[in-house]
Amino acid sequence: MTGMTWIRQNISWRCGKTVMLETNTVIRAEGLNVWYGDEQALSDIRMDIAEHEVTAIIGPSGCGKSTFIKTLNRMVELSGNVHISGEILFRGQNIFHKSYGVEELRTKIGMVFQKANPFPKSIYENVAFGPRIHGIRKKALLDDIVEKSLRAAALWDEVKDRLHANAWGLSGGQQQRLCIARTLAIEPEVILMDEPTSALDPISTMKIEELVSELKKEYTIVIVTHNMQQAARISDKTAFFLGGRLEEYGRTSDMFSNPVSRRTEEYISGRFG
Amino acid sequence: MNRWTFGQAAKTRTRFRLGLNRAMRALFFLAALFALIVLAVLIGQIAVKSVGWLDWQFLTGRLSVNPHRAGILGAITGTFLLMLVVAPATMILGISTAIWLEEYAPKGRLKSLIETNISNLAGVPSVIFGLLGLAVFSRAFGLGSSILAGGLTLSLLVLPIVVVSSQEAIRAVPWHLREASYGMGATRWQTIWRVVLPAAMPGIMTGFVLAISRAIGETAPLVVLGIPVLIMPIPDSLMDDFTALPVQIYYWTLDAVLTPEYANLAAASIIVLLALLFVLNAAAIWIRNRFQRRY
Repeated sequence: MTGMTWIRQNISWRCGKTVMLETNTVIRAEGLNVWYGDEQALSDIRMDIAEHEVTAIIGPSGCGKSTFIKTLNRMVELSGNVHISGEILFRGQNIFHKSYGVEELRTKIGMVFQKANPFPKSIYENVAFGPRIHGIRKKALLDDIVEKSLRAAALWDEVKDRLHANAWGLSGGQQQRLCIARTLAIEPEVILMDEPTSALDPISTMKIEELVSELKKEYTIVIVTHNMQQAARISDKTAFFLGGRLEEYGRTSDMFSNPVSRRTEEYISGRFG
Repeated sequence: MNRWTFGQAAKTRTRFRLGLNRAMRALFFLAALFALIVLAVLIGQIAVKSVGWLDWQFLTGRLSVNPHRAGILGAITGTFLLMLVVAPATMILGISTAIWLEEYAPKGRLKSLIETNISNLAGVPSVIFGLLGLAVFSRAFGLGSSILAGGLTLSLLVLPIVVVSSQEAIRAVPWHLREASYGMGATRWQTIWRVVLPAAMPGIMTGFVLAISRAIGETAPLVVLGIPVLIMPIPDSLMDDFTALPVQIYYWTLDAVLTPEYANLAAASIIVLLALLFVLNAAAIWIRNRFQRRY
C-alpha cells in the first residue's frame, strides 16, 4: 500500500472526515490475513463496507479479491488448510468468534458464484431450497417466497409458466438470475457476488447489472469483477486489490477519475492485469 | 523431387495401414462376440436340460428326495429373505461409510488406511467371509445357520463394492453444488441429504445392484456357514434355518452323480436364479431412471 492510501484510510477511520467512514458500516475488516497453507493470500486488509451500496472489488488474477469475498461469509474455510487472523466485524460482531455460527452468518451474507450453479432440480425447488433448509414447510408461504424472489431477480415473467421445469434447461443468464433469486429467498442483508457475469454474454450481463442497481436499495452488495467498466458502471465504491493487499479504496467516481496510487492508475487504464 | 507421401513405398504403406485398421476392427468385434457366444452356449445348455422340469409344480413345490416331486419354493423364499437382510444392511452401512470417507474424513492416515482396507476386502475370497461369518455371526452372536447369519455374512462380502461405487458417485457430484448449499447456510448434513445424495443416487444404485447381484449368487460363504442339505419347511422368519437358490443348485449338482435327474433340477433352478437377477437389474434401472427424471 502506498503511503497516501494508507493515510487516507487511516484518517478516514480516526477522524471520520473522508468518505471512508460511514455511519452505516455493515462489514468491517480489521488487520485481516488469510493463508492457504504457507502461502499468504491476503495481508493486513482494513476495509469498511457500507450499507445499501455496491462495493466493487477489482484487481488482477491472484490478487486475493476472490479470497476476500469468500472470507466475508467464511466460505473460504471450505477449501481446507486455510488459516485466518484478524477480524471481520459484521454489524459489530466478530464473525470468527466461536459463538458466531457459520450457518447463521451465511444466511445473513448470501453469495452468488462465478459459475451459475443451480441445483439439478426444478426452478421452484431451487428457490425454495434456502427457506426449506431453514425450516419453512408451508406450501403457501414457500409459493409466496418463490414468487417474490423470482420477481426481485427479474426472472418471474420468464419462468412463471414453467416453475416446475428443470433449472438446467434455462440459459446461462437466466440460471445466474435464478441463483440470485435463490440467494434472495433466504433474505440476506448482504449479497456477495463473485464475478457473476464473467461467463455471460453482454445482454445477460447488462440484465444482471441492472438488477444489481435495483437490489442495492434493499441489500448491501459486494461484487468481485475483472471488468473495470462494470465496476465503474454499477459500484459506489471500488477496492483495488494487488498482491493480497488493499492497494486503494474509495468512491468509484474518485478512483476512476483521479486514482491516488500509481499502480491503480496503471491497472484501471489497462496497462497491466 | 517427389514428396514422400507419394511414390510406391508410400502407397504400399497406405495399403498396409488401411488393412491393419480393418483387421483390428474385426479382432475387437470377435473379442466382444466371444462373451456373447459363451453366454449363449451356457444358457442354451441349461435351457435344454431344464425343459420339462421347470414348471409350476417345481416353482411352488417343497423340496423332496424324489426328483419328480421336488420343488424350490423353500430356496426361493430363502433367497428372498436373505436379500431382505442383505439389501438394507449393505445399503445403510455402505453408503454411510462412503459418506464419511468423502464428506467428513480429514485427508490423512486414517482415511487412507480405511480405504486401503476396503479395497483389500474386495479381494478376499468369499470362502474366507464364510469363515468370518461362522466365527462371528453363527458362533459368537449365536445366530447359527439362520437367514440373519447368512445375510449379514453376505453383506460383509459385498460391502466393499457398495462403498467404492458410492464413493465414486459422491465424488462425482460437482463441488459448486455443495458450495451453493453451504452458501445459503445449510449444514453439512442438509447439504449431504438434499444435494449430494440425490445427485449421487444413480451411481450409488448402480453399485448397489452389482452388489446384490453378487450376493444373490454366492454359494461358498453359505456352505461354510453350514446351511443344511435338506430343508423341508418353508422359512418364515429371519431366525429360521434356510436354503438358498445357489446352495440348492450346488447340492443338486453334487448329487447328480447318484441321481442324474438332479442335474435337470439344478438347470431349472439356474434359470430361476437368472430370471431373478434379471428382474432385480430391471428394477434398479427403473429406480435409477426415476431418480434421473426428477433432477
